[in-house]
Amino acid sequence: MLRLEGVEIAQGDFALAADFDVTPGRRTAVIGPSGAGKSTLLGALGGFVPLRAGRVLWNARDITHDAPGARPMAMLFQDNNLFPHLSIAQNAGLGVRPDLKLSAEDSARVAQALARVGLEGLEGRKPGELSGGQQSRAALARVLVQDRPVVLLDEPFAALGPALRREMLDLVRSLVEETGATLLMVTHDPQDVRRMAEDVIFVEGGRAAAPQPAQALLEDPPPALRAYLGV
Amino acid sequence: MAPRAQPIIGAGGVAAGGCVVAVVLASFVGLGLKAEVGRGIGPAEWAAIRFTVVQAVLSALLSVAFAIPLARALARRRFPGRGVLITLLGAPFILPVIVAVLGLLAVFGRTGWLNTGLGALGLPELSIYGLHGVVLAHVFFNLPLATRLLLQGWQSIPAERFRLAAQLNLPPRMVFRTLEWPLLKQVAPGAAALIFVICLTSFAVALTLGGGPRATTIELAIYQAFRFDFDLARASLLSLIQLGLAGGAALLALWVIPNFPLSAGLDRALTRWDARGGGQAWADAAIITFGSAFLLLPLFAILLAGLQGLPLMPPVVWQTAGNSLWVAILSIAVLLLIALPMAGWISTRQRGSAEAIGLIGLSASPLMIGTGWFILINPIADPVPLALPVTALINALMALPFALRILVPPMRDVLGAYDRLARSLGLRGWAAWRWLVLPRLRAQVGFAAGLTGALSVGDLGVIALFADPDRATLPLQMYRLMGAYRTEAAAGAALVLLAMALGLFWLCDKGGRWRVEA
Repeated sequence: MLRLEGVEIAQGDFALAADFDVTPGRRTAVIGPSGAGKSTLLGALGGFVPLRAGRVLWNARDITHDAPGARPMAMLFQDNNLFPHLSIAQNAGLGVRPDLKLSAEDSARVAQALARVGLEGLEGRKPGELSGGQQSRAALARVLVQDRPVVLLDEPFAALGPALRREMLDLVRSLVEETGATLLMVTHDPQDVRRMAEDVIFVEGGRAAAPQPAQALLEDPPPALRAYLGV
Repeated sequence: MAPRAQPIIGAGGVAAGGCVVAVVLASFVGLGLKAEVGRGIGPAEWAAIRFTVVQAVLSALLSVAFAIPLARALARRRFPGRGVLITLLGAPFILPVIVAVLGLLAVFGRTGWLNTGLGALGLPELSIYGLHGVVLAHVFFNLPLATRLLLQGWQSIPAERFRLAAQLNLPPRMVFRTLEWPLLKQVAPGAAALIFVICLTSFAVALTLGGGPRATTIELAIYQAFRFDFDLARASLLSLIQLGLAGGAALLALWVIPNFPLSAGLDRALTRWDARGGGQAWADAAIITFGSAFLLLPLFAILLAGLQGLPLMPPVVWQTAGNSLWVAILSIAVLLLIALPMAGWISTRQRGSAEAIGLIGLSASPLMIGTGWFILINPIADPVPLALPVTALINALMALPFALRILVPPMRDVLGAYDRLARSLGLRGWAAWRWLVLPRLRAQVGFAAGLTGALSVGDLGVIALFADPDRATLPLQMYRLMGAYRTEAAAGAALVLLAMALGLFWLCDKGGRWRVEA
């Protein structure tokens, strides 16, 4: 279980507090107004934003000071999720071993993951030779081989068109259902929440609220969320 | 924000930087052992200081003064060959000094083209030796540099401003006042400061065109004290003076020195709506013609004389060419071993703080470090067999500031874009170099290596201190041929040296860009 214990993040004038548990295996959307700190919250979980106070625990183990790569998390950012000079097989392979010294077994896993996301036969291509949707699939293949219990998505599909984005979210959904990973994803779109999320973390006014069941929350939003959603 | 977690690269950078500082500090120890500060600064030293400063000031001012109209003309004119000309403006940077001096002699020397022409008209002969020869050569080297710096500034003026100026129909005077003058105020002092610092430690030019009590730079005086009198105390004292002068100037100039315009991309021509008038167009054409002639004629002269001189070269030229090649390759290897970790380390720091270490290369002069090391080595071992390795090492140090300026900005970009991804994957250390930094920076690494190779192969500096008749580099051999009045053979050697410098640069630069990924 992922636990945020008295977490405080401060960057200049910006401050964010969080204190809650995330239920394992759930798909949780992180929503809230621009600048409220959704990405910062994910960054802190991923190990990119230092905490001013509090602890992050995974299965009762303190991971607050672990390096990003040592955490039980795979993360996709808004951009730069692939190295443009490496083939997508190499990009995905970095998720297995960061020195890319892959055994035959490792390579087979990479090929399998690429096939799973629908990139069979494109292993040798560079990201620049792929479409935006295919690039997203390649990044997801890497998440798959990273095989971490928590997946953090900081709007990696924001640059895709609506149909393609929905396609990617469906793919993410089936991938985490297969692996049983806990998913936390930042989004702006209530549609995405309805489509994907079981729980919602609402970030607003310097506080990230504890996860609430998505359906109940959207049907009867509290005033701040109502204002954000404009309903 | 709390201090950032362990950066993905840069672990060896402190050690590499420490080595650089240690090499320089060790030379100070050597100098300190021998320098008799109590002896004071005599009239000869004062003369050297005065000449060094005067020639550097004149060289800086004249280079920038001529560069302003040239850069302005190049910025606003488009003509066939413009791109080639601007590329050629980068050539003097990798042109061996001694080769350029021979070319200048062919044009401006006693029996050169200019004096032959003057003689035919019954006019008195102009001498290239002494202060004006030194300044002429420095302007030859630094006018292109200043032009590129200013051109870079000119091209930073957004096209929209010129459009606005055209829309308002501003007369040339107002275009200058509103657009160009503010830019010049910003760029010109930095360019002049950079050239001033470069000229302070000038050796090869002073060695060949200066000399005598009235035209000796400090660097040349170190060489003379060392070589002719073997007066290590005086050489050490002069070295410390050089350090104070050049180091102080480099520190002061650090604030104004602009980014070195080593990168390409200067051949982009803006559409300009102003300066269409006939008068300005003619003036620009004249300036471009005159400027290119000044820069290209000496190169052309080398080519011409060199082809004639090739068969007259003694075999020792080829042997010394082999030495030079070896020195250059060693310099490249040393440079990469130092510059890459240092650049990695600097890139993960705050902007501007750590680049200063690279400036040691500019302020600590080659002969100063060479003298210091000679004093240290001499009691333990015979320094002469070490002449070539020491030369290679010092040449690498001299190239370090340029290499850092080439490597650090793109390394910062790479880390800015991919640091998070690398850290989330646990990519660090050697794996980060292997899979991220080196592949992304191949072009810049090749460029830095090429520059180092060209600078090193053409360097005539510390080798002149250490060498004996059996051990020389090609530039030194060329100098010896010139001293023996074997000008044709020297010209042939110059052509070989030129081909080596350009060839090394081309090989490394192209190698870095070969099949480079987007």
